Amino acid sequence: MNFQLTEERQMLQDGLRRYLGEAVTPQALEAAQTTGMSPDIWAGLSEMGVAGALFTEDQGGFGGAGFDLMVVFEELGRAGAVEPMLELLLAGRLVAELGDETQQEIVAQAVEGAVQLAFAHGEPASRFDLERVETRAERSGDGWTLTGRKSVVVNGAQADHIVVSARTSGDVADRDGISLFLLPKGTAGIEIRDYPLSQGGHAAEIVLDGVTLPAGALLGAEGQAFEAIETAQARATAAICADALGAMETARALTGDYLKTRKQFGQPIGKFQALQHRAADMLIEIEQARSAVINLCGHLEADRDTREIHVSATKHLVGKVARLVAEEAIQMHGGIGMTEEYDLGRFARRLSMLDQRFGDATFHLGRFVRLRAA
Amino acid sequence: MDLSFTEEQKAFRAEVRRFLDEKLPKRLSDKGRLGQRLTKQDYEEWHAILNEKGWLAGNWPKEHGGAGWNAVERHIFEEETTAAHAPRIVPFGLAMLGPVLQKFGSKEQQDYWLPRILNGDDWWCQGYSEPGAGSDLASVKTTAERDGDHYVVNGQKTWTTLGQYANMIFCLVRTSKEGKPQEGISFLLVDMNDPGVTVRPIVLLDGEPEVNEVFFDNVRVPVENLVGEENKGWTYAKYLLTHERTNIAGVGFANAGLANLKRIARLEQSGGRPLIEDPLFAAKIAEVEISLMAMATTNLRVVSAAAAGQAPGAESSMLKVKGTVIRQEINALTKQAVGPWAMPFVSEALEAGSNEGPVGPSYAMSATPHYLNNRKLSIYGGSNEVQKTIIAKAILEL
Ligand SMILES: Cc1cc2nc3c(=O)[nH]c(=O)nc-3n(C[C@H](O)[C@H](O)[C@H](O)COP(=O)(O)OP(=O)(O)OC[C@H]3O[C@@H](n4cnc5c(N)ncnc54)[C@H](O)[C@@H]3O)c2cc1C
Ligand SMILES: Cc1cc2nc3c(=O)[nH]c(=O)nc-3n(C[C@H](O)[C@H](O)[C@H](O)COP(=O)(O)OP(=O)(O)OC[C@H]3O[C@@H](n4cnc5c(N)ncnc54)[C@H](O)[C@@H]3O)c2cc1C
Repeated sequence: MNFQLTEERQMLQDGLRRYLGEAVTPQALEAAQTTGMSPDIWAGLSEMGVAGALFTEDQGGFGGAGFDLMVVFEELGRAGAVEPMLELLLAGRLVAELGDETQQEIVAQAVEGAVQLAFAHGEPASRFDLERVETRAERSGDGWTLTGRKSVVVNGAQADHIVVSARTSGDVADRDGISLFLLPKGTAGIEIRDYPLSQGGHAAEIVLDGVTLPAGALLGAEGQAFEAIETAQARATAAICADALGAMETARALTGDYLKTRKQFGQPIGKFQALQHRAADMLIEIEQARSAVINLCGHLEADRDTREIHVSATKHLVGKVARLVAEEAIQMHGGIGMTEEYDLGRFARRLSMLDQRFGDATFHLGRFVRLRAA
Repeated sequence: MDLSFTEEQKAFRAEVRRFLDEKLPKRLSDKGRLGQRLTKQDYEEWHAILNEKGWLAGNWPKEHGGAGWNAVERHIFEEETTAAHAPRIVPFGLAMLGPVLQKFGSKEQQDYWLPRILNGDDWWCQGYSEPGAGSDLASVKTTAERDGDHYVVNGQKTWTTLGQYANMIFCLVRTSKEGKPQEGISFLLVDMNDPGVTVRPIVLLDGEPEVNEVFFDNVRVPVENLVGEENKGWTYAKYLLTHERTNIAGVGFANAGLANLKRIARLEQSGGRPLIEDPLFAAKIAEVEISLMAMATTNLRVVSAAAAGQAPGAESSMLKVKGTVIRQEINALTKQAVGPWAMPFVSEALEAGSNEGPVGPSYAMSATPHYLNNRKLSIYGGSNEVQKTIIAKAILEL
């Protein structure tokens, strides 16, 4: 047993922490509000080779394992960076695993951080049900016609390529019959509404109104995409939980500093035991969250059932802890914790949105029960 | 023991309901239902409608133009208006300053200010908190120095709710540095249009500029704006806080929030069924509902005692803690219920009649802003930690 990072990962962590600590400035965040990200920070991350850490050596990267993701995303969360690295992971790995030779060219660019990607899977009625796909793809001539709507597609308007799921056969909630397609930016017939997200970054509603695609747009085998989607979501869950962990660490650090410096009744508020115990609870729970993230990252390559049990266990636990940390951090700050101006705000919002993506704590509790019973 | 309302109380409830049916503009209740922004004019419009009926100041005695309701009647009114999604009554003049002036103000002050509150001539805000004086309110540093017929005020207030709409602010100011900090505080009414007053908005987590910083730079305030005696402001401030804490439980808001949560949970689908049929989520709703049912009765117990003339004491601290925690849980469950739709943040969509519609269903757009905004409930009006300390000291005698 060894809980140390390898030397390479340690270097990546140190470098990222140093870089993001300087790069994620209020100005950069302000600029990112209209565009969803800061091109400078994206370029900076690419230069450091961060994108490469999300892909395996076979795919042209230098990482790709659970603990590589943990290192990268914990630092992004710690700094509160809004750059769409998670989307690169989600969509990039799908293309890397399923893509034909032509499609692999995108992977080569993704590993360099030279493209922006998005994964358009969720729909207005799908909530957290991975298999619920109502968007349909019909064969037309040599190619395909896509019709439907994709919802809250993070980075959807900014992406150079979008991986879109659509049903080629079966019922709306069947696992079989889901296919993936690779759409370049500006594909005719796509209607995009871009909007900001509470946690920072942008997402889009994407309406596909009879979009015609060539045969070469199909990504992987027809109707067989579910397994790959579930695997991609498992990785993304590990990444977003690591991100939340980093954000929690920052929230805790800000709260700890505040408890030491804010004075009321002639003493630092951190001298009040009522707050000391709560800060201690926060720390205990964050350590629980860290272990849960480690559990999931260590089991991403395990067999499907083992992996998915860890997905639900971790997302449940981290979801609960994220809520606790966000709410307690605000509370212990008093009024200042409620403001946009103070740095805690964006971390609290980021944490409060964790539950809205890839399933909330209650959803995963139920899923955990079912997986364990199976 | 009898849990039912009396016939008169039931008749009163029916009368309130009829009034709301007839007089609450749909434009305003729609905004409330959808969680859209209310403007200053919206509040003023609703105040005027209530004032015409004589129902604007339920807590004021009739001699001052109030409705003279007892605590049970006020409770019924609150329940009905929140259920109907009416705008809330802005509390600063009506619930806070009014009672202080009635008890401690001079005859001239009462005659001048009270009708202006009812008629909407003044919009008041509360100038208690300062950057250095939050929970430790007695440490306020804003000074008022006597200079002939005036006080000269210098310093800063903060977290001033809706100060951007206000033309008047009631302030706790320091008039003496002798003795205990509580003994050198005075209660002063300041015209915000006077030279030297600056208001700077503070944007909260939901993106709304709901509170402000208010700066005072040599502001000259006529001495007749002093309420009661110099250096006795702490007594008045505490009197005001007990009024701030009536209705602190927010049962009406909680009931409306719970009804909204259930409506959403019936509309949202999870696993091909309405979310409300998911046993785990249903259990969460049930838990908060069970808490609310009990708390509503605790509230009525306190309310009945108050109607019988017993001033609520530390009980109001219990109601504050339980009431705010329940409302915050309902907000959190509502955010949870809307799932991914909680993420889009389209500020313009919260504006009635905006071209920019919500991204998802209209019931979803205010879930996150309300969740974030209501974190304030456990912070202001005496934080929940402060309330628990009051309970420990006053009830448990620790
Ligand atoms: C089953 C059992 C086995 C034990 N075995 C051993 C043993 O093998 N050897 C041994 O030496 N002792 C043993 N103990 C004793 C144990 O260490 C004491 O019970 C413990 O230290 C608490 O002391 P106390 O019972 O006097 O409670 P107190 O210290 O009087 O505490 C009473 C309550 O006040 C709280 N409290 C006390 N001080 C503070 C503070 N500063 N801030 C906040 N809260 C505070 C406590 O948490 C507790 O809730 C055992 C106790 C039990 C119950
Ligand atoms: C949205 C909003 C609107 C407001 N509107 C107004 C307004 O209109 N007018 C106005 O005057 N004020 C207003 N307030 C201010 C509010 O009353 C203060 O925020 C509140 O009194 C807490 O003070 P603080 O923010 O300085 O926090 P602090 O007092 O610094 O408290 C920070 C943390 O320490 C805790 N703490 C402090 N002392 C103790 C102790 N002894 N023991 C244990 N824990 C302690 C607190 O509970 C809190 O968790 C508003 C606040 C908010 C958030």
